[in-house]
Amino acid sequence: MSNIDELTERAEKARGKKAAFGPDIPLESYTSNAPAHKKILTLKTLPSNYQSQSLGVGIDAKEDERSGSYFQLDTSVVYSKTSAQDVEVLSVTEAFEKYDWLKDYWWKTVAVDADKYTAQAALNFSNGYFIRAKAGTKTILPIQACMFLAQESLSQNVHNIIIAEEGSEMHIISGCRTADELSHGIHVGVSEFFIKEGAKCSFSMIHNWGPEVAVRPRSGIIVEKDATFINNYVCLKPVQSLQMYPTIRCVGENATALSYSLLYATEGSHMDVGARVILEAEQCKADVIARTITNGGEIISRGNLTALHGDVKGHLECRGLMLGDHGRIFAVPELDGAVPDVDMSHEAAVGKIAEEEITYLMTRGLSEDEATSAIVRGFLDIEIKGVPPALQEEMRRAVHTTEGMGL
Amino acid sequence: MLDIQNLHVEVDGKPILKGLDLKVNEGETHALFGQNGSGKTTLVLTIMGFPRYHVSEGRILFKGEDITHLPVNERARLGIGISFQHPPAIHGVKLKDLVDIAAKHGAQPFNTEEVAKTINISPDFLTRDVNFGFSGGEVKRTELLQLLAQNPDLVLLDEPDSGVDLENIELVGETINKLLDRDKRLRKRRKSGLIITHAGGILKIVKTDRAHVLVDGKIACSGNPGELLNDICELGYEECVKCQI
Repeated sequence: MSNIDELTERAEKARGKKAAFGPDIPLESYTSNAPAHKKILTLKTLPSNYQSQSLGVGIDAKEDERSGSYFQLDTSVVYSKTSAQDVEVLSVTEAFEKYDWLKDYWWKTVAVDADKYTAQAALNFSNGYFIRAKAGTKTILPIQACMFLAQESLSQNVHNIIIAEEGSEMHIISGCRTADELSHGIHVGVSEFFIKEGAKCSFSMIHNWGPEVAVRPRSGIIVEKDATFINNYVCLKPVQSLQMYPTIRCVGENATALSYSLLYATEGSHMDVGARVILEAEQCKADVIARTITNGGEIISRGNLTALHGDVKGHLECRGLMLGDHGRIFAVPELDGAVPDVDMSHEAAVGKIAEEEITYLMTRGLSEDEATSAIVRGFLDIEIKGVPPALQEEMRRAVHTTEGMGL
Repeated sequence: MLDIQNLHVEVDGKPILKGLDLKVNEGETHALFGQNGSGKTTLVLTIMGFPRYHVSEGRILFKGEDITHLPVNERARLGIGISFQHPPAIHGVKLKDLVDIAAKHGAQPFNTEEVAKTINISPDFLTRDVNFGFSGGEVKRTELLQLLAQNPDLVLLDEPDSGVDLENIELVGETINKLLDRDKRLRKRRKSGLIITHAGGILKIVKTDRAHVLVDGKIACSGNPGELLNDICELGYEECVKCQI
């Protein structure tokens, strides 16, 4: 049996398999088919409302300060381009045509039969991106990739491959969103990352879904010797159900994984988000930091550090802020040390804004609402180490443009 | 400027101020002495309008207007400013942003960096999160910076010299003098102040017009600041309590 046949068979068997976490989404109520969209020559020819909506998730149609772009509309890859030497941005379909070896990276970090969503991505595959930084190439300007969902009731099932070869550096900003008018849809995204020896890769994902949209990303990351992976996730807009729990494996000596999540859940939103880091070699390091806010929604903030090797270090931090009288934040920090000589810690705190902080700002002339907003923005304003200033600014902008924050 | 009449205040149901009367005229600065727990901080936080401090009786007039039930920010906009003894640290809110916010209501041109330099606050320091990891002295100087930006007509200062090192005490005192128009001639003074001080050290630099001793939620004694302070230093607060009985 060929490898592809075997994967298909395993996926078939997992078609109805519920995920370990998150409410079960009936995939039958979605279609995986969408009319094809034509390719475009520049992002500036996208409909202007799509351009402005994409800007909110860090995708700049003018491509200023970007070294590459990928834009997928529903199931069609309408644009892919790179301006950096030795960095490739292609659709995975094109990449498969070009590189026979790509099969060695396909379903290697995420199990095809992990659950019904991975099965869906395998059985009803609707493309995805392939981003590769060749060995030794360093690109500071980010590469932007947008998954845009516009077709009503579509299940967008993508599978992305990201390879940072030996000694390379690249920064990716991945913006995902639904068109304003879309009411019902699901995004299933498998992403597999390979951060090779001495490489550095940051991946900043800004999500903006709709109140009737379900989201099930499935990511696996392998970080080799002396390599660094930085994972940033921002979701501050309503979403019906979002569940993701990427697994980062630090497999080589001195590999580093940093994960930062900023979540804001309004009433009706359910977010079950976290990151798991497995430290498998000496001197591996991990930081998993989450800042979560509920204003009526439900957030489950997970974090797991597992040490399989001695002489490793890791820290988990889940801080949650409760605004208003409703909502729930459930922080689940887990430390799993299977060997001696590990140094792992966690801190978790959930509570409302201290009244004295609000009053203090009010003494300088801010109204109660303005004071609350300033504290909320400050709570989310974390300094992310290792990303270029432009990306840090993009994340800050996502926080500052969230209307009604804290009100 | 400030006229407090028969003020009764409760905190979490416990009476703290029990019929306090106090008047501070335009251009005057008063000192407030008292033992720990006598109600000094309660008084200034009540004047500022902190919601935890419940006025059960009496009223507070500011510039002739009854402000007893106004929210904190409206009192700030009317011209009341405060320097806290222990302000909260707020993650992610930068000192400079807060000073700029205060300056918006200050109705005067204000260059944050330049004024900060005059009270030994570097531009780097301005980018730090408010009060986060600040030393006692840094807290006091940054509180004063916010007040300079805010330019209030009535300044409430809660132990403005505690934690300030000797090197900066004169600077803090002179800054307060500026805030309170004490560097101007008597007839030109428009600002009023109320300074809480336990030990009275700051009064060597900041000259006050009148002083009051607070005992068990009431003004027990009022008079010349120097004389009152001398009495307290020589006889202790215990004597004030006895004197009142």
